[in-house]
Amino acid sequence: MSKVAWYRAAVIAGVVALLEALCLAGVIDKITMPAPHVIARDLWRMLVSGRMNAAIAKTLGNTVLALGLALGVGIIAAALLHRARAVRDTLDPLFATYYAVPVFAFYPFFIVVFGLGDLPQILIAFMLGVVAVIVNTLNGLDRVPNVLLKTARILRLSPADTALRMTLPYAGPYVLTGVKLAVAYAFIGVIGSEFIMSRGGIGYEISFAYANFDNATMYPLIVLILLASVAVNGLLGVWEQRLLARRGLR
Amino acid sequence: MSARFAGLRNGLTLVVGLLLLWQILYLWTGDVALASPLATFRYTARLFATESFGAQVYETLRAFSIAYAISVVMGLGIGFWLGFDRLSGDALEPMIVSVYAIPKLTLYPILLLAFGLGLAAKVAFGVIHGVIPIILFTLAAVHNTKPILVKTGRVLRLSRWQMIRWILFPAAIPEIFTGLRVGFALTLIGSLLAEMFASQRGLGYLLMNGIGLHNVELIMSVTLVIVVFAATVSVVLLHIDRRLHGRV
Repeated sequence: MSKVAWYRAAVIAGVVALLEALCLAGVIDKITMPAPHVIARDLWRMLVSGRMNAAIAKTLGNTVLALGLALGVGIIAAALLHRARAVRDTLDPLFATYYAVPVFAFYPFFIVVFGLGDLPQILIAFMLGVVAVIVNTLNGLDRVPNVLLKTARILRLSPADTALRMTLPYAGPYVLTGVKLAVAYAFIGVIGSEFIMSRGGIGYEISFAYANFDNATMYPLIVLILLASVAVNGLLGVWEQRLLARRGLR
Repeated sequence: MSARFAGLRNGLTLVVGLLLLWQILYLWTGDVALASPLATFRYTARLFATESFGAQVYETLRAFSIAYAISVVMGLGIGFWLGFDRLSGDALEPMIVSVYAIPKLTLYPILLLAFGLGLAAKVAFGVIHGVIPIILFTLAAVHNTKPILVKTGRVLRLSRWQMIRWILFPAAIPEIFTGLRVGFALTLIGSLLAEMFASQRGLGYLLMNGIGLHNVELIMSVTLVIVVFAATVSVVLLHIDRRLHGRV
């Protein structure tokens, strides 16, 4: 293992050990937080018993749906915007300030319009993710070298073929940056809005457990989300490195 | 000059477009779900005239300001440390990036248990949102400082503190400012979210109250106030940001 990996492992082990010690010594009382080994045991039991499977499936399903929508709409919108200069210039201030506006503030309004089903949560996750995809795809499309476009013209490719065979593949690594952000945002959007107000899902279960002082459910679920998001992020990071390495960029 | 004018024109077109979209949505959905732009503006004006609304805004701004101040100090401190200490930086940066990607909302119960209901929990929640981008941008800024500047500093035998004060900090300002801008937005989101769950005061509380009472005008007015505030500040910060980047 490299020095950096050792350092990282030591930090994680140190934090867990510190929490364990503080919990066992009673500095952090049981009502605030159970000891890490208890959380691990509860998480294992919860997964084996399968009582959270419905909530996990609901949250994952909505996240994947929102992510798919954000990617599809985002990439198509970026490809169209790239050709429509005036529209893009007009929307530019919106993209630049988009993430400064708390999108969750629209959640109450979506609940009023669409009711308390899955749709408001998917919409929030979609809204959070789509702009990251658009901005990064545009960034990639801006960098397509002219020679590729000229080649496309010589080969008499239609605009759709040019996009599908030349420009979008070239923009791949940049789109992937957008995908990474969109995955994180889709998770945040779905779980966050479930947490605020909903009828099911991991976020809902956490807020329900919290309201009932049910630490044996709440902490394992939080840890589960942490592990899932770190794992997904890590996988996408590896894929990104491979893509960049193939292009000789890193 | 013409570029600035074009920016203004684009901004205005956008605002008019969004207002039109809002009006069309209103005509489509009707009174139950949406308030018209005009009605919302009127309601907002009336809100500002009441005394209690000022107190709610003050409460939110107070929590937000404390959280932002802490985020900036912590973010710059940790960012510079990780920027200097190559090993710590390489080891911890990916971990910080993964923390950035987790839905921090789910950590809220832990913070509430640790800090209790009230201002401290709101501030803590704002800080965990805002501090991470400031750390990441500061760290990148220190790493990206031109080596020749650092070498000049070494030739001049500057101490570590002088090196930060006279070379690294001025060179890193544009990028650090980008971090402060992103951190501003996220801290605001964090403190508002905290208010939505466990608070008896503030704009976030008003929002939740609006949902409970099904008061569409209240929901839309508070959303409008938050969006206008966030967008205005962020446009100003973005403007400064671009000028700082243009200078170098």
